[in-house]
Order: sequence, then structure tokens, then C-alpha cells
Amino acid sequence: MPEKVLMKGNEALAEAAIMAGCRHFFGYPITPQTEVAAHMAKRMPKIGGTYMQAESEVAAINMVLGASAAGVRAMTSSSSPGISLKSEGLSYLAGSDLPALIVNVQRAGPGLGGIQPSQADYLQATRAPGHGDFRMLVFAPSTVQEMVDLVADAFELGDRYRMPAMILSDGLLGQMMEPVVMDTNKKINTVEKPWAVTGHGDKRKHNIVNSLYIDPPNMEEVTRARYQRYKEIEEKEQRCEEYKTDDAEIVIVAYGASARISRSAVDLARKEGIKAGLIRPITLWPYPKKAILSRIRTAKAFLSVEMSMGQMVDDVRLVVNGAREVRFYGRTGGMIPTPAEVLNELKNIKGELK
Amino acid sequence: MGGLTIICGHYGTGKTNLAMNLAIDRAREGKSVTLVDMDIVNPYFTSSVYADILRENGVSVISPLFAGTNMEVTAIPASMYSIFDTADEVIIDAGGDDAGAMILGRFSGEIKKKGYEMICVTNMYRPMTADPNDAAEMIRGIEAVCRLKATGIVNNSHLKDLTAVSTVTDSLPYAKAVSEAAGIPLLFTTVPRGLINGMPADEYFYPVDVYVLVTWEKGARICRQ
Repeated sequence: MPEKVLMKGNEALAEAAIMAGCRHFFGYPITPQTEVAAHMAKRMPKIGGTYMQAESEVAAINMVLGASAAGVRAMTSSSSPGISLKSEGLSYLAGSDLPALIVNVQRAGPGLGGIQPSQADYLQATRAPGHGDFRMLVFAPSTVQEMVDLVADAFELGDRYRMPAMILSDGLLGQMMEPVVMDTNKKINTVEKPWAVTGHGDKRKHNIVNSLYIDPPNMEEVTRARYQRYKEIEEKEQRCEEYKTDDAEIVIVAYGASARISRSAVDLARKEGIKAGLIRPITLWPYPKKAILSRIRTAKAFLSVEMSMGQMVDDVRLVVNGAREVRFYGRTGGMIPTPAEVLNELKNIKGELK
Repeated sequence: MGGLTIICGHYGTGKTNLAMNLAIDRAREGKSVTLVDMDIVNPYFTSSVYADILRENGVSVISPLFAGTNMEVTAIPASMYSIFDTADEVIIDAGGDDAGAMILGRFSGEIKKKGYEMICVTNMYRPMTADPNDAAEMIRGIEAVCRLKATGIVNNSHLKDLTAVSTVTDSLPYAKAVSEAAGIPLLFTTVPRGLINGMPADEYFYPVDVYVLVTWEKGARICRQ
């Protein structure tokens, strides 16, 4: 096989999961993520893995929970309505301190919505993927190559911090083709899982994986310990990419496909003498607060560009905390903003800054 | 009656871009051309998405019912039958893999009666068909479900905007191996129009423009119905 190959986002994501040592996939079909499952269905039997099309999304996520409890790298993938169905299982994973990879190839919502791309599940992913006090790692790739690289990181960090991790993709990134390097020699960073329920042959105390706590003080203690881990993650794991932000008067904040569009808009704006830049969050939780904070000094305004009615903009406002104006531009319902539309927004802001 | 050319192959090899190029080139030669978007298995990056570009270039387009909407019950419209008694040159852009080609089986009787060419597109840079034997197996799978025989292979090996002269020339032995493994003649190798002058003289290269683009890619213009 040539060094560089041409792959669809969904397909590359699935292959990257296999390369990261995942041998257990449980899913249920839904557009626009179907190629993830289709690829797994073809590949898993050839490598001694398990591909299971469950009877529903709810069943699939609970199969992931079972496999993860046994200590293996397990995953599921779906698109927006399917992720809503998985939210109970996601909460149980978090409550059981279990790692797992959850892929959301976002489509338009709410409800059955549509099959075209969207970023309207940002709040669901970063705020409330399920009930209860918990957090989930959320990664937002913006190229097919980054999709591949982040899958390995999501498995590793999930294992290390014992929590579910999500790749938040969208229909456009999932369906588009791009050249990518699949580094099959890359080392798989595994994490010891002494907590796994693997059978103990009476040689050690048995492990229990569970999210039910009978005693409220004990549950508070466990939850507080979990939040200590979250604090450490917020300190250590923030990731983003900056583009032409050094002298930027207007800083766009955009992730995933919107960041690709915004990057083109920054280049167009620069040609017209507008000092624009881009901060592209790679982790949506933990949110890259440090990078945005450090731009408050030089930027006059921030612009959040999203394929939603304005969700991540709340996070930008929380970080900026009134120090600068924070604006929003977005399209929704499966519509994709164009670089020209974003440029127009930058021009409007520039006009008002004078 | 005009000719009928079917474009099929593994998903992501560039079937739609090739179908659009063939249709537009034939229209520019002054022929009446109809392109049928027969991809009813995946609603993204189909020729219906780029129907405006086709129509501006004089190509008539037959799209699945509900193409470009959120209705995923894409179905072939009754106007499909017009291709069996038209004087137009007809190009069918099939869906990917055997799953995408299956709908052709529904029309195989009529297609055989009319006479057809069936081109299987292959791309060395697609991992699942990077081995010539896998590529040949893919072709046999497609033939089986659509109950038609491939008549030619087109080597569409490329790496999108990273495509260089060597990207194309490196794929020539692969293309010949696929042709040999499948027992189907290699018709030509495509090359981005800007690179055609760098190609060796002893092979048949077909220059293509890139129409299938994403909104932020250079020259992109996504059209919606």
C-alpha cells in the first residue's frame, strides 16, 4: 500500500481505531456515520475482532460498557439522534469510571432533523451527554489526518483518566475524502487496567465495576475524586491550533469543518487588509481557555463561527468574560457557511470597530 | 440512438468527478448529453449536488427523487426510462461498491437491449482496493449484483490536491495489474488538466477538471437544488 492514501473521514476514523488496538465495535446504522460501521464490519472479522450490529443504539452503548469493563478498547459510533439514545449508557460509563470511544458524526437537529452536516450537538457533547455530575473528553478534528491522530489520543486519554471520550465529527468531515498517512508502525500507548473485571481465579480480591452507590457520603467522595481528575485534565489537556493570531484584531474561534471555512475567510480578510486570525479548539472539553485568554490583550473582538444557532459562543463568552465583544455567525439545519459569508461578517465587525 | 456509458467502482475512487468530466466533454463536442445520478446509497458528494455545473455546461441531469433534501428514501424517477429511447449520449453515475451498483440490476434487461459500456473506476490510493486482486474482486462483486459486465477500467489514481506527476505515473503498473487480474482492458488513466504536459507519451492519459470539491477548497462552488 502506498504511504499516502485517500480516505473518507468515517473510513479513516474506523481504521485508526483498529490501529489504536480497538477490537470491539458495537453500533447501529445511521447517516452520515454509516461508513464507520461498514468499515468495521469488513475489517473486524479479518483481524480477530468483534463487530456487532446491535438491535438499537441503547443496546450498542451498553455492549461498549460491558466490553470496557472487561478492560478492552471498545467503541461505538452514531449520528446525532443516535447519540441522544446513547446518553443513558454514556452516563453509566462515566459513573462506572470506564473509558470508551464514542463517535458522533453530527447531522442537523433537533428531532430526526436532517442528514446534512451540523455542529448543533456542541452543548450536548460538552455540557450534558447524560444525567449526573460528570465530564467527557471531547475532541474535534478538522481534517481526515487529524481524525486519525485524535482517535489514538482519545483511546489513550480515556484509558488514562478512566472516562469516556468523544470524537465530535460532522457529516462533511465524515464524508469528505482527503489524503492521509496511516502510520501502521505507530506505537500503541496502552494503560494498565488493574480494575478490569477479567476473572481472578481466586488469586486476588474481585473487581467491581458499577455506578450504583448505596451510601450518599461515599458517593459524594467518589464524585469529588472524579472531579479532581477533571481538574487535572483541564490543567493539562487543553488543545488548540492558532492561525495568524499574533497581530489579529478580530479573532475567529471555530472548530471542525467551520474552522476550515474560517481559515479560508481569514486569508480572504488579510488580502483586504483586515487583521483576522483563528483559534481552532481541538479539545472542546477541556476547552482551550488559556489560548483564548492570552488573545484578549491583542484582539478587539472575537467571532464564533459554527454550524449551529450559537452554542460554542457561550464558552467563548465565559472565557472573555465581558473584556471584549464576542460575536456569532452560524448556519444551521444542514446548511454550511461559506468563506465569503464569514468574510462579510469580519467586514461588518471591522466597520464597527472604527 | 445515443450510447450508454455506466460509471461504477469502489466508493471514493472518483466516479462522480469522472462522470461529470465525460459528460461535460461530450457536451462541449456538441453532443446532447444526459447524466443520470444513480447514487441512492449515499446522499453526499453525488452528481446531483453539482447539477448546476452540469446544466450550465449543457448537460441534462436526471436525479434521484428527493435528491438534495433530507428525505433518505432516494428512489429512481420514472424519467429514468427516457434513457432507453433517447438520442442523447447517456452517462450513468452509479453509487459506490456493489451496494451502490445493485440498483442497476433492476434495469439490466433494458440496458443490455440498448447496448452499453461499463467503466469501472479504480484508484491505487484507496486502501481497500490498493491491492490489484482486491480491486478485481470489487469489480466482480459489482458485476454480480448489477448483472452487467464491465467493459473497461479507468485508472483514476489521485491524491486530491496533493496529486503530482509522480502520483499518476506511479499508479501505471497498478492499473495494468488490475486490468490483468480482472481480465478487462484498461481504457485510460486520468490526469489533472494542469499536469497533462508532464506525462509520458507512450500511455493514454485523459485530462480532467476537478468539480467535486468542498466549500473551502480552491474554486469550490457547492450548488444546491
